[in-house]
Amino acid sequence: MSEATLPDRATNLAAPAARPRTARRTGAEGPVVQLLLITVSLAFLLLFLLLPLISVFVEAGARGWAAYREAITEPDAVAAIRLTLLVAAIAVPFNVVVGIAAAWAIAKFEFTGKNLLISLIDLPFSVSPVISGLVYVLLFGAQGYLGPFLKANGIEIIFALPGLILATIFVTFPFVARELIPHMQALGSTDEEAALTLGASPWRVFFAITLPNVKWSLFYGILLCNARAMGEFGAVAVVSGKIRGLTNTMPLHVEILYNEYMGAAAFAVASLLAGLALVTLALKSLLEWRYGDAIAAARRH
Amino acid sequence: MAASAASSSWRQPSVLPGLGLSLGITLTALSLVVLIPLAALFIKAASAGPAEIWAIATSPRTLAALRLSFLGALFAASINAVFGLILAWVLVRYEFPGRRLVDAAVDLPFALPTAVAGIALAAIYAPNGWVGSLLAPYGIKIAYTPLGVMVALIFIGLPFVVRMVQPVLEESQGDIEEAAALLGASRLRTIFTVVLPPVMPALLTGFVLAFARAVGEYGSVIFIAGNVPMVSEIAPLLIVIKLEQFDYAGAAVIATMMLLISFALILLVNLIQARTRRKLGDV
Amino acid sequence: MSVAVTIEAIDKRFLAFQALRNVSLDIQPGELVALLGPSGSGKTTLLRLIAGLEQADAGRVLFGDDDTRDLSLRDRRIGFVFQHYALFKTMTVAENIAFGLRSRPRAERPDGAEITRRVKALLELVQLPDLERRYPSQLSGGQRQRVALARALAIEPQVLLLDEPFGALDAKIRKDLRAWLRDLHSRTGHTTVFVTHDQEEALELADRVAILHEGKLEQVGTPDDVYDHPATPFVCEFLGEANRLPVKIVGSQAFLGDRPVLGGLTQNQSGPAALYVRPHHLKFVDETPLSIPGVVEQLRRTGALRRAEIAVAGLTKRLDLDLTSQVAPAIGERVRVKITHATAFATA
Repeated sequence: MSEATLPDRATNLAAPAARPRTARRTGAEGPVVQLLLITVSLAFLLLFLLLPLISVFVEAGARGWAAYREAITEPDAVAAIRLTLLVAAIAVPFNVVVGIAAAWAIAKFEFTGKNLLISLIDLPFSVSPVISGLVYVLLFGAQGYLGPFLKANGIEIIFALPGLILATIFVTFPFVARELIPHMQALGSTDEEAALTLGASPWRVFFAITLPNVKWSLFYGILLCNARAMGEFGAVAVVSGKIRGLTNTMPLHVEILYNEYMGAAAFAVASLLAGLALVTLALKSLLEWRYGDAIAAARRH
Repeated sequence: MAASAASSSWRQPSVLPGLGLSLGITLTALSLVVLIPLAALFIKAASAGPAEIWAIATSPRTLAALRLSFLGALFAASINAVFGLILAWVLVRYEFPGRRLVDAAVDLPFALPTAVAGIALAAIYAPNGWVGSLLAPYGIKIAYTPLGVMVALIFIGLPFVVRMVQPVLEESQGDIEEAAALLGASRLRTIFTVVLPPVMPALLTGFVLAFARAVGEYGSVIFIAGNVPMVSEIAPLLIVIKLEQFDYAGAAVIATMMLLISFALILLVNLIQARTRRKLGDV
Repeated sequence: MSVAVTIEAIDKRFLAFQALRNVSLDIQPGELVALLGPSGSGKTTLLRLIAGLEQADAGRVLFGDDDTRDLSLRDRRIGFVFQHYALFKTMTVAENIAFGLRSRPRAERPDGAEITRRVKALLELVQLPDLERRYPSQLSGGQRQRVALARALAIEPQVLLLDEPFGALDAKIRKDLRAWLRDLHSRTGHTTVFVTHDQEEALELADRVAILHEGKLEQVGTPDDVYDHPATPFVCEFLGEANRLPVKIVGSQAFLGDRPVLGGLTQNQSGPAALYVRPHHLKFVDETPLSIPGVVEQLRRTGALRRAEIAVAGLTKRLDLDLTSQVAPAIGERVRVKITHATAFATA
């Protein structure tokens, strides 16, 4: 028995009863080819993914624990962390509400222009982050279309918190809707229709039926949305003005430190963001493993 | 919203409630956050006047930046298409220790903030970095050259192809491979004529997504690029520079050019996809 | 062209699951054999073993006098039709059918014109002329099935193997295709093995039927053989409905309780036994000897026939009886029924 049959045996392990036709003996490459392809893949990942990630933590610790703690607890860093959390705390819930509304409209109803609407929701994905920031500067900046009006009324958007929030909402706009729409479409509307015939009110239908059905995709969407919201750089860089302690988010703080040749401090703050990324990935994988099983179970019935 | 006109012909009747409310929220948010600001961009660009637009668009620096962004994105997306396909194949078909961990790690570029990726890549590909120092003796410089731009763009686009191709490969039945083998086809012929053609639409989609992302990428590039005008200055950076010089019209014109080229490419690919889908259906 | 297939003492195990146990089967050149059994009986595994898609743990498969173990899939020259067709969806119908010919080594490959000619001929054979340029997605299920068959025939197979060939089709199309396949087989004369879980299909189509149960070959024989003279209770019940009567055999007679119900038994198997009687092997009689008294409790229509359910004292299940004439007793009527044909299996 050659190495090549190993995956097939694993398949059979998962489904021991009477499904021999899932075994795929003929369709496997020789062990040498497999080893080669696996090596190529892992080398590629090492070079482009793993080394950068490791280097963040190595560089962050280069000056020792005291320097690391100093870098992430100095007032500007703390202010940046606070601001990042604040921006995400506003932008993410906004996108959750809009994403659920959009998914409800798109998945549960048929109307003209639906495909256009889906494309428009996805639009921010194909817009450069820098342009996402730029559009708000053109609109609300000192020389922007609404600049004079805002100035006359003492409202600050660009180089202030509202600008950061708007730019963040723009770049994370599609995340929640994108996860919810396919899931809700796949589930169909029969559950909701059943609940309505049983006399449930619309809001009760939504909270008791729809939301529990899609809770994992919703969580998944929120996870990705949050990761992007906290890590966004380009869009925020354009609208922030990078005023330390005021409009400086964590990614911007990293840039400033790096440009001031404070590499270790920059990597120290970066390591917090990398930690966030790892937590996001871990939760995401956990969800996929759980969620994947649930989907498989649903298919079996 | 007058969406409560349930009998109107723009939508199919449904017993479910809430179309008016949900569509209202969606359209309002979409307009305020995305559409109106984007419209402001186009208006600003158009208001510059033909002569000025032409001057900005054809200035050597603009052209060099656009060329670097688009060609760099094309190159990076191609690399990602090749290695992404191999990676997806390995993850779906082969069993090896740590496969699930590798599978999870593929999404790192989605989760890692671009600025963090940028400084990390700059650090390891710099002449004194882990990888850069291995290449420096051979006279190969990556960081602070156009090559550095490519490295960052490959990083940022890596998950797209893998994640698009993976489900299609998982779905492809063993049946067709066995059929091809029984009909006398060699393994290579089976892979290239039977297994991979149905994967092409997904591969193309992944390629385009990686490309679109790379064209507009900013955070991960600027740290490693060196940002030398005419050489390693990407288009998004040029927009930022124009903005810092309060040249709003210049920034708007370059941004509009980028968007229009990207949209045209995405539209083209969508058309190709729709045609393939019509032809091949769901067998 | 066609060869005999000899299956010798095959064992096949998937981890803890024993798929086939000591299966032997001789298939004559040009014969049409059905592998029949419920799901999990090992019939598909056996088919895949013949094809070379699985390797046996013990035993061997011969094509003519050649052991197939050392043959590559290409050299086995198997025409295999998959249950879900396994058509290549990025290729046209013509490209699908030509695939096997184009996969041959350059020296054996026919030229383009020859391939086109053969594809055309095959499409005529499967009665799908002018569909060369369609894609599989543009065909109906029955058409796809026939394209799959044409593709399998294109390589001039030694043996044709069909895995649940009509499994994915509507009842009406299934029946049409059945007759068509029978006809095609008599014209082309390929040694053909097909897998099915539908006993009606197997009995109607095959020259011989091989019935598998839990990896064991229970019986092989002509449709008449296996239907009228099942070798085991499983075969008897799987091939069609049967009433099961617990009887005691003494000499050549079977007794239900202390009443003789069937005589002329030839096998010498005195003792307790189960008597299997098909519904159409029961009839109403007037005379008393060897008859069973009962009461009609239910009358139903089952397709072309009418069915009476008769309660008999001492039996927990009613007897099913197919009425051959239009004259039917009324519900509640006392009747006598007689067994015209039955198979007895010792239960001790």
